[in-house]
Amino acid sequence: MLSELFFGYFAAVIILLSVLVITRRNPVHSVMWMLLFFFHIAGLYLFLNAEFIAAIQIIVYAGAILVLFLFVLLLLNLREELKVKRFIGTWPAGLFVTAALLVIVLSVVKSFVPGPAGKYSIEFIKQETHTKALGKLLYTDYLFPFEIASIVLLVAIIGAIVLAKRKTRSK
Amino acid sequence: MSGTFEVITATDALNLLMRIGIILLKIAVVLGITLLHVAYATYWERKVIGHMQVRLGPIEVGWHGFLQPIADGVKLFFKEDIIPANADKPLFYLAPVIFMVSALTSLSVLPFFDGFVIADINIGLLFLFAMSSLGAYGIILSGWASNSKYSFLGGLRSASQVISYEIAMGLSLVGVMMMAGSLNLSDIVRAQHQYPAGMFAIPQFLGFFVFIVAAFAETNRLPFDLPEAESELVAGYFTEYSGFRFALFFLGEYTAMLIMSSIAALCFLGGWTIPKFITDAMPLLLNVPGIVWFLIKVYAFMFFYYWVRATLPRYRYDQLMAIGWKILIPLALFNIALTGLIKIWV
Repeated sequence: MLSELFFGYFAAVIILLSVLVITRRNPVHSVMWMLLFFFHIAGLYLFLNAEFIAAIQIIVYAGAILVLFLFVLLLLNLREELKVKRFIGTWPAGLFVTAALLVIVLSVVKSFVPGPAGKYSIEFIKQETHTKALGKLLYTDYLFPFEIASIVLLVAIIGAIVLAKRKTRSK
Repeated sequence: MSGTFEVITATDALNLLMRIGIILLKIAVVLGITLLHVAYATYWERKVIGHMQVRLGPIEVGWHGFLQPIADGVKLFFKEDIIPANADKPLFYLAPVIFMVSALTSLSVLPFFDGFVIADINIGLLFLFAMSSLGAYGIILSGWASNSKYSFLGGLRSASQVISYEIAMGLSLVGVMMMAGSLNLSDIVRAQHQYPAGMFAIPQFLGFFVFIVAAFAETNRLPFDLPEAESELVAGYFTEYSGFRFALFFLGEYTAMLIMSSIAALCFLGGWTIPKFITDAMPLLLNVPGIVWFLIKVYAFMFFYYWVRATLPRYRYDQLMAIGWKILIPLALFNIALTGLIKIWV
């Protein structure tokens, strides 16, 4: 009962917050609602006994990415930004597509089957600690996907540096 | 059947209430003691820097100015609360609260002595990083919401500084995590006690150096106090704040310093323990409670903060960024690689 209550709270608040994020006129206020939103997502992870992911969620998303969002927003001229229309003209088409998607998702929800219980039960995670279990798995069984992800990130970093360097050279 | 069920829930509820009561009591004790420490940290700072500059420091209120922080607190509490006309009011109100809350929440995972910690969680160290990154919001928002160019520049500087040095600080502690094999702060202290040297500051001297520099930058202290550089930005991000809202920033900064000192004491200096070879030589010291050793280490680190402030000039902004990105981060990465190699070979 208590767990359903917790999940219900998090689910409801996450939906409410995401609506608040996209409807605020002031983008800085949007970012603040998004910060609260990230904390609720982290709460959901904690609820799933994934304490490491919860901490990383806060450190990476709230601590780094969202701060960079704020950084960009602070350089905008907000007085003009507040007058700009928030929704583009094709919003009915967008609404139609999302409504269709909702129908599809709802129609397949019935055929949802929970996967077989594996080795990583809650007791196992509690005994091993989540960080250790995740780290072992990531660096042994899933080493190859992990390395691919890091190469993709490296490409993005190099790309950003190349773009920034080219601009200064042409001046 | 229903009767036994009710009995169990009643005792369970009583247990739950007891546990909540104990936690609340712990929180009250920790908050009270920390805020007292924060108040007297300002007094000692003025005293120490005063004597370093051949002045006396506060001397009028009470014996040797001992009641000065209380007088300051009363004064700040009764000051007029001024809000700039064009400020973004909700965020202007929110910013100091975020700053203070993020600093105080960090206290919940610090083990002050063996077994005394409000929340003994497995990811204690990561929790501290998360809270310190939340503190950056207080600074950026106060800078933006004040609608003043001094505040804004201070906020921008602080944002980039905190993000840059957070990476170095995180990486400098990875060496400690690798040696202790845990992110739980109590386990890190116990791992140090098992270690022959008794503290990780000796094998992790590179990490310790990077951590100290990053800790100074994270708390916006000299020589990295560019976000609140008095000579160019009045007071930086909290220029427009007055009265108790200003006091919240002030308290938050000193709480953050105390927390950084505590992390240094716990992760590098052995926390509430002292090295085994000292207790072997002088077994009498085993009777000293752990909190004494912990506080001595924290006070020593705080004194170091004051000492540096009294001696070093401020860095230029480009120098600050160069130190963070070109020296500290590579050094911390080298330290991680070195620690890993030694752990494989030894």
